[in-house]
Amino acid sequence: MTATEIYDKLKNEFANDIISLTEEANVDPFILVNSSRITEICLYLRDEADMNFDYLVNLSGVDYKTNFTVVYHLYSLKLKHRIVLKVELSPEKPSVTTVEKVWKTANWHEREAYDMFGIVFEGHPFMVRILCPYDWEGFPLRKDYKEPEFYRGIKVAY
Amino acid sequence: MTEKRIIDVDYGKVETERMRINMGPQHPSTHGVLRLEVELDGEIVTEVVPHIGYLHRCFEKSCEKMSYPQVIPYIDRMDYISSMNNELPFVMGMEKLLGINIPERIDMIRVALCELNRIANHQIAVATFGLDCGAFTPFLYLFRDREMILNLFEAVSGGRLLYNYFWIGGLMNDVPPSFKENCLDIIKTVRVTNEEVMRLLIGNKIFEERTANVGILPADVAVNFGVSGPVLRGSGVDYDIRRSEPYSMYDKLDFDVIIGKGEIGTLGDCFDRNIVRMREMEESCKIIEQIISVFPDESSDVRALVPRRVKPPKGEIYSKAENPKGELGFYIVSDGSVNPYRMRSRATSFVNLSVLPEISKGYMIADLIMILGSLDIVLGEIDR
Repeated sequence: MTATEIYDKLKNEFANDIISLTEEANVDPFILVNSSRITEICLYLRDEADMNFDYLVNLSGVDYKTNFTVVYHLYSLKLKHRIVLKVELSPEKPSVTTVEKVWKTANWHEREAYDMFGIVFEGHPFMVRILCPYDWEGFPLRKDYKEPEFYRGIKVAY
Repeated sequence: MTEKRIIDVDYGKVETERMRINMGPQHPSTHGVLRLEVELDGEIVTEVVPHIGYLHRCFEKSCEKMSYPQVIPYIDRMDYISSMNNELPFVMGMEKLLGINIPERIDMIRVALCELNRIANHQIAVATFGLDCGAFTPFLYLFRDREMILNLFEAVSGGRLLYNYFWIGGLMNDVPPSFKENCLDIIKTVRVTNEEVMRLLIGNKIFEERTANVGILPADVAVNFGVSGPVLRGSGVDYDIRRSEPYSMYDKLDFDVIIGKGEIGTLGDCFDRNIVRMREMEESCKIIEQIISVFPDESSDVRALVPRRVKPPKGEIYSKAENPKGELGFYIVSDGSVNPYRMRSRATSFVNLSVLPEISKGYMIADLIMILGSLDIVLGEIDR
């Protein structure tokens, strides 16, 4: 299925919660969706027979300064097609429901996105930092991040 | 979790309780600085919680401060056992953004070196897996052969582990004149040793008993956890990016995608993951032979298309390739400047390790070591 077909099908099912489809040069075609219904949309994409996106390739956060974006790269092993989903979150309090129940692999990806961007995934079973120390302060991949001078009395900057 | 129980043994009654212990971060069987928090009931594993991040060095943050060519040496240091393969998805993604078409000869060199690196990686994987279950001799044989591959890499790039050899738009240097003979020599030796290892290690009754029916990963669980590479194919899922979405020159090459069949035990156990690696080495040998048979003798300017200043247009792409360990992808967001706006690496080992708590419950603690070894992780890639 092409990105347009997937977009049309989603639009039929979820109407206004599917915001837009972007197909440009140098951009993998992506569908922007409403963050409040991401779990249902993902479940639909996984279980619908002619979509069958059973493989979550990658989940990443991006700080676009005006908003935080979570990017889901999906792939279907059976039908061999790809699609990218995006949700935009408010910069003040970024939070979105987890897709851990849809694809178990999201568990660690979402923990990493929390660790690096401070994006809270609601309903996640174990929302703690994964790469940084558990008591680290701040979210390193945010564009306005300032690294701390000391961590437990150890000088951070070298 | 520490409720006490009284159990009957043949010499009376014993009071027991569940125990939480730490394995690692400094322990040879964890293949790096990985800490496994393990809950044990006697010798049976009831829960595993991996704690990672001991090698975290902010790869993604550092990339945002660097120009694109400066990123390549950092990528080498992610999965330091198969650095050539690591560089490939990144340079391919950048070439796609910049609109560079790579000449066939450079593609040939790239694929040949990647497949050699795949052999080297699988040699380490099988060797250390043998070590985990107590077989020391195959380790020495395989490391002796790997030395030949590293010598060739040293001849082409100057580095034995960290190459910085694939450049955006080309290569660092041309290959030495003896490249073809060296490749054929390596293949010959690898085949002889692999046959020996098959008899000495894989066909060994002790090894079979030790690995069969241990750490069974069913296909649907494997897909749901997003694992890739030999771990996924060991569960019988026919997924290889080289075949499903051919990149570089893989569409012109003839090779088989090896999947596990559950010959000795159940489909998706440690034995299957290991035998897939052994057989993939032979497929890599076949690929290299095909390339060498058509490889042109006359040298060409491998830096001809390397851009002076890498300044890609605005865009965001996900570029992926089949690493020896599985799918390695880079999600590159470019804002049109000389530095990446966001660089996200979909690290293979990171995803593959996340399945460990799921498949190690109910096995002995000695089997946990085997299961971890069969996943073939590199902590440099997990922690980035």
